[in-house]
Amino acid sequence: MVQEQELESVDINVNMGPQHPSTHGVFRMVLTIDGERVMDVEPHIGYMHRGGEKLSENMDYRGGIGYQDRTDYLAQFMNEQAYCMAVERLLEIEVPERAEYIRVILCELNRVTSHFMFLGAFGIDLGYFGTSFTYGFREREFIQDVFEEVTGERLMYGYFRPGGVVWDVPENFVQRVREVLPGAKRGLDDLDMLMTRNEIVAARTKGIGAMSLEDSINWGLSGPMLRAAGSDWDLRKDKPYSIYDRFDFDIPVGSYGDVYDRYLVRLEEARQSIRIVEQAIDQLPDGPIMPEKMPRRLRGPEAEVYAAVEGARGEYGIYLVSKGGDKPYRLKIRSPSFCNLSALRAMTIGNYVADAVAILGSIDIVLCDVDR
Amino acid sequence: MLLDLTYDVGNIWLDSLLGILAVVALMTVSALMLIWLERKISARIQMRLGPMRVGPYGLLQTVADAVKLIGKEDLRPNTADRWVFELAPFAVFVPTFLGFIAIPFTRDWAIAFLDLGVFYVVAVTGLSFVGFLMAGWASDNKYALLGGIRAAAQLISYEVPMVLALVAVSMVAGSLNLTEIVIFQGHIPLFVWQPLAFFIFIVAALAELERQPFDIPTAESEVVGGPFIEYSGIRWSMFFLASYTGLLIYSLLGAIVFLGGWGWPLGEEAGLWLQILLTFAKTSLLVVFFMWVRFTFVRLRIDQLMSYCWKVLIPLAFLQIFLNGLVLVYGWPDGILLLTSGAGLALAMYIIYRAVDTTPREVRMVPARGGGASSVPVSVDATGAE
Repeated sequence: MVQEQELESVDINVNMGPQHPSTHGVFRMVLTIDGERVMDVEPHIGYMHRGGEKLSENMDYRGGIGYQDRTDYLAQFMNEQAYCMAVERLLEIEVPERAEYIRVILCELNRVTSHFMFLGAFGIDLGYFGTSFTYGFREREFIQDVFEEVTGERLMYGYFRPGGVVWDVPENFVQRVREVLPGAKRGLDDLDMLMTRNEIVAARTKGIGAMSLEDSINWGLSGPMLRAAGSDWDLRKDKPYSIYDRFDFDIPVGSYGDVYDRYLVRLEEARQSIRIVEQAIDQLPDGPIMPEKMPRRLRGPEAEVYAAVEGARGEYGIYLVSKGGDKPYRLKIRSPSFCNLSALRAMTIGNYVADAVAILGSIDIVLCDVDR
Repeated sequence: MLLDLTYDVGNIWLDSLLGILAVVALMTVSALMLIWLERKISARIQMRLGPMRVGPYGLLQTVADAVKLIGKEDLRPNTADRWVFELAPFAVFVPTFLGFIAIPFTRDWAIAFLDLGVFYVVAVTGLSFVGFLMAGWASDNKYALLGGIRAAAQLISYEVPMVLALVAVSMVAGSLNLTEIVIFQGHIPLFVWQPLAFFIFIVAALAELERQPFDIPTAESEVVGGPFIEYSGIRWSMFFLASYTGLLIYSLLGAIVFLGGWGWPLGEEAGLWLQILLTFAKTSLLVVFFMWVRFTFVRLRIDQLMSYCWKVLIPLAFLQIFLNGLVLVYGWPDGILLLTSGAGLALAMYIIYRAVDTTPREVRMVPARGGGASSVPVSVDATGAE
């Protein structure tokens, strides 16, 4: 007698990462898939954990700067800015005009390079065979050259100091920045033409991974992720730090909060950053780059401060607790990648495997920033 | 005559052997050149130089790569299904090469002249999906399995519109013999009479070749090479070679069936060399087109790929066949063929245009000067904690 048996279907687990081309570093997500559909996602982080917060507790205030480059290694200047701002708030140091301008110029250029990196890598996630990457990298490289001329480094700049910057910019700095800006604009236009109107890009990204404004806020998203969902929250506008209240620029705000909006917001944000740089470079004053009387050894009072900047990925905050002395008692980094990544599961479930890659790409995570 | 491959040595086995040797030699060399060409074209599109070191303009780069691949260790995962794993490259490689047997390069230069040439080429090359499925299953790797299943689904689906498009063309030409199809196109090539079929053929060929925007089975950023993920060395290079041979076959088929092969526009009396040159020029045109597409489009998703095939291409191909049938049965003028097929192509474009929401989406710009407060209050509201 033939016994009828129902075929049982089993979901399979696919281990995406830590070695996978589209996890942007050592990130592992365990996808439970039913055919091509993602039923569950379990993110595993921590591969890049280096205990930097603890390390900073054992360094004096200037020594901790180097560590800030190593969290979000695509937007280093902004991390340094946040750290230096925290120390300056703690010690009540006034930063001279020129140093503030130099900082703003470098930070905004850094935002442009970071977004170039996003646009290139995002294209690869969607399936470009490297074309978006080379276009993104061409102009990024020219800006990187300026950074190298200013700081002597290509990746770990370590250029900002509590109170200002470590040395003055080279004499031809203004001219060099003016030289790279048209190229950066052209690069953004190239990528715009390559991707924005492309039918397949639209079909792949519109409506994918959409997150409502309430959910975005509840998940603690910040930066382009939050602005794509419809909020115009930007620390440069809402809690102006440094000298951002002196510049004219727009905050691009999306309306659907999907992958496509995140892409558009970042593209536009890079353009606005170029606008800020153009204004700042015109106004760059002469003067000192450090306050006149800086102690050799920075000693803080017993206090707690929080300083946050609008990083390329969102709010990058430094929470600093001092119990006196020349070292922080506790240093906490509020990294945007970590908070944005936390929403991955909510966005991915129910989509296809290919969408999971696109959504992860649209978060624009830096794993060193997630794990710290 | 030097180039006369139909030259009868007298021994049927020797003849076949010579033919096969000619195919393998020609195709391997062509595939190597195609790899070089693809790297150069991609470099051109991506503002790079491409291979420059080995030989003039890097011409020998692929040879060097081939030598390197042969020298590599032939790895097999411990848990792999041994025989299926080791035979899979052949199951992809052999059918692709078999397709060449029936392809006429000029009027009397082909390994074999088959009366069912179109049918044979499509049937034989369509077999290669078995190899992808074998490789995907035997590797004992989830990416490979996913890729293999994707490949099977995609290749079987796109076989249908491709065959239907070729059927429509054969109806007009009145033959399945590739030589006769070329002769039919003496004055006007078939892509003029059947633009819709040509379009469907190109799209289906892209899908059959697993090239962007249809490289879903091997998607680098999703399944990391798909069925090939566990292969290394010479076995991997066989997959690689097969994919470029496939590119050449479909380009040749397109050049012969739609672009008039060696005939149009020079006619039958042009010299042998000129005819060969013409065939290869048209083939190269298609090859370069396929490569160009590869580097300027992103990948579709598997469900979009499937619905595009079954909801758009296949109904349109059937429509084309139906209209061709009407025209041929009632003996209406040839112009109707062009008219109906052109209308079908316009319809296809309209469907694609309507299916994808390409309305440019503008981002709202909120001016930030002097630090205004946010218009949307950012605070955790009571929508329920997640």
